[in-house]
Amino acid sequence: MSLRTRHPYETRLQRWGRYGFLVLCTLIFIFLLAPIVAVAPLALNDDPYLSFPIRGYSLRWFVEVFTDPTWTLAIRNSLLIGGLATLLSTTLGTLAALGLSHSNLPGRRLIMALLISPMIVPVIILAVGAYFFYSTLGIANSIAGIVLAHAALGLPFVVITVTATLSGFDHGLTRAARSLGASPFTAFRRVMLPIVWPGVLSGALFAFGTSFDEVVVVLFLGGPEERTLPRQMWTGLREQLSPAILAAAVLLVAFSVGLLVILEILRRRNVAMRGIRE
Amino acid sequence: MSSDAPALIESTTIDPASGGGSLPPPGPSLNDDLRRRLRRTEWRGHLRAYLLIAPLLIFVLVSFVLPLSTLVYKSFHDPVVPTGLPLTYKALREWGGPRDEVPTEPVYAALANDMKAAKRDGRAAEIASRLNIEASGLRTTFMRAVRRIDSVESGPWKPYFAGVDPAWESPTTWATVRNLADTNHGLFFLSALDLRKSSQGDVVRQPAEQRIYVEVFIRTIGISALVALLCMAFGFAIAYLLAHAGDRTANLLMILVLLPFWTSLLVRTTAWIVLLQKEGVINSMLLGIGAISQPLPMMYNKFGVAVAMTHILLPFAILPMYSVMRQIPPSFVRAARSLGASPTTAFLRVYLPQCAPGVAAGVLLVFIIALGYYITPALVGGAGDQMISYFIADNLTRALNWGLASAMGVLVLAAVLLLYWAYDKLVGVTNMRLG
Repeated sequence: MSLRTRHPYETRLQRWGRYGFLVLCTLIFIFLLAPIVAVAPLALNDDPYLSFPIRGYSLRWFVEVFTDPTWTLAIRNSLLIGGLATLLSTTLGTLAALGLSHSNLPGRRLIMALLISPMIVPVIILAVGAYFFYSTLGIANSIAGIVLAHAALGLPFVVITVTATLSGFDHGLTRAARSLGASPFTAFRRVMLPIVWPGVLSGALFAFGTSFDEVVVVLFLGGPEERTLPRQMWTGLREQLSPAILAAAVLLVAFSVGLLVILEILRRRNVAMRGIRE
Repeated sequence: MSSDAPALIESTTIDPASGGGSLPPPGPSLNDDLRRRLRRTEWRGHLRAYLLIAPLLIFVLVSFVLPLSTLVYKSFHDPVVPTGLPLTYKALREWGGPRDEVPTEPVYAALANDMKAAKRDGRAAEIASRLNIEASGLRTTFMRAVRRIDSVESGPWKPYFAGVDPAWESPTTWATVRNLADTNHGLFFLSALDLRKSSQGDVVRQPAEQRIYVEVFIRTIGISALVALLCMAFGFAIAYLLAHAGDRTANLLMILVLLPFWTSLLVRTTAWIVLLQKEGVINSMLLGIGAISQPLPMMYNKFGVAVAMTHILLPFAILPMYSVMRQIPPSFVRAARSLGASPTTAFLRVYLPQCAPGVAAGVLLVFIIALGYYITPALVGGAGDQMISYFIADNLTRALNWGLASAMGVLVLAAVLLLYWAYDKLVGVTNMRLG
């Protein structure tokens, strides 16, 4: 049934079916990618509104994103919140994944289900609950509340990627290091960490991406000061569609392409490190 | 063999390569001392594992479990009125009259005392707002009485209340007050389901023009199901293509799938606005080539919501389907074909059943995520396409009915957790992979 090899016994109907299938897939790929590609030329539009066709090109909207104080503050806030949330979820998530890699640990499945649930529970429900709860703690309308909620949202990604990396890890290696006199910490740092760090890093990237893209929590938990990049875009989309939003969108696409490339490199490295052929 | 000693006890044969060869073979000859020592090692290993997990569990408790618990608590715990008017409720209980009658003087006197206390503590407005949620107009009724309460020293209070607002002489007003007697109640869940407690204390449906939420729930499920089905159909095709293409092609195509997955949700929603709006790219192009004479309405309706949400959620369907399809040995279909099955039969009876877990996982995941969608419908949908999350946000920020927002949140949460449980049974959350 392979799609690329030649099919000598294929009937005409089957051949047309195969071509039809390939055409369908091409259309779906266009559907997937066209919106992302379409944003770029419009961001270069010289006009102050999203008109089409484009009359003149300029970089003025990119300049605005990098110079306008509302946008620069939003970028700074996004990086700060994303960084702190990533640090929190990666540290705690990696430690927990190490614990969860123990085979036949009682309650493992339940703990995993709990740790992954922030991915499933609708963000708006978490945001509303966090608003109520952090109000009683006095950290609603602050960076701290947003960081905590974002770290919770990023956590499942760290746990999933690090446990996946650890599932192929040969614990005999750390035992060998221990039997040769290494302390548990040294064995972790010198033997385990070099092998699992691609998993940790890709978990961290997932977590950062989640926080960097998150707007619902920021809408509910952020005061007027806590403007982030997505929140700035959201406000802009509800009020007036300025091409500056598209410029920000293009920058974010470039950012995701960067993340994706790093993740792919990490994945390959991970596969090579563990000697697994896929 | 992946962990400490316990695996040695359970396995009947010992793999010499694993480093366990120095221990005596298990069985009757294994003496109690060794058994105890092994168990202690195992216990210590588990303890260490739990200690590693503990910080994260505490963190999840603070940042996730407690916020959700607060939401659940707020959906039934509503102390504002009962604690604000304690004497009134005591007097009402003592009076104990039927609901279609207006209470006697002692109840009014108690209410006057409660109002004076509430005014002193600055809680009157809060109580009035809460009453207003149950029956609009009660805020004014309540605040009118509060405003002039200090000018009157003593009773009789019934004429005073009747004088400031005739609503105080209506049994309906008192029935509303009596409905709020308990600090914990299900009134918010009733209104989330378009029900209410009547003045007689029975559960009845809201008047037809005030029924909103049942329709919203049905709409939310409808849109999510539509999106899940579209994602299943498109996702199946792409996953099949990926699973049956050569390694190099599959890798490249995978990156094309992951790119939108990684692109910011707001960016993708923005992109769809740019494409679909009246002066958008698609309409301009279609007008330009003369295919249409009027711009097509593609945004602020269900079409726009379905298109944008399918686009955003499609990778969630593709990834689990692909990982299952990749593991199906091609020889199975070949065997079926060599035994005389037509390609269709081989596909339907051999290939498809093996895909089922992946398809189910993908569809369920998309459905679960779609249920809670807020940003995309809010930006791309019209007033009639908003999903439940929009109304949760609306009750929280605009209507300030936190109890109702919480009750709706709890209903969504319950649905999502139920589906999550089904997902776990079906796929196993421990097997979840990303990319």
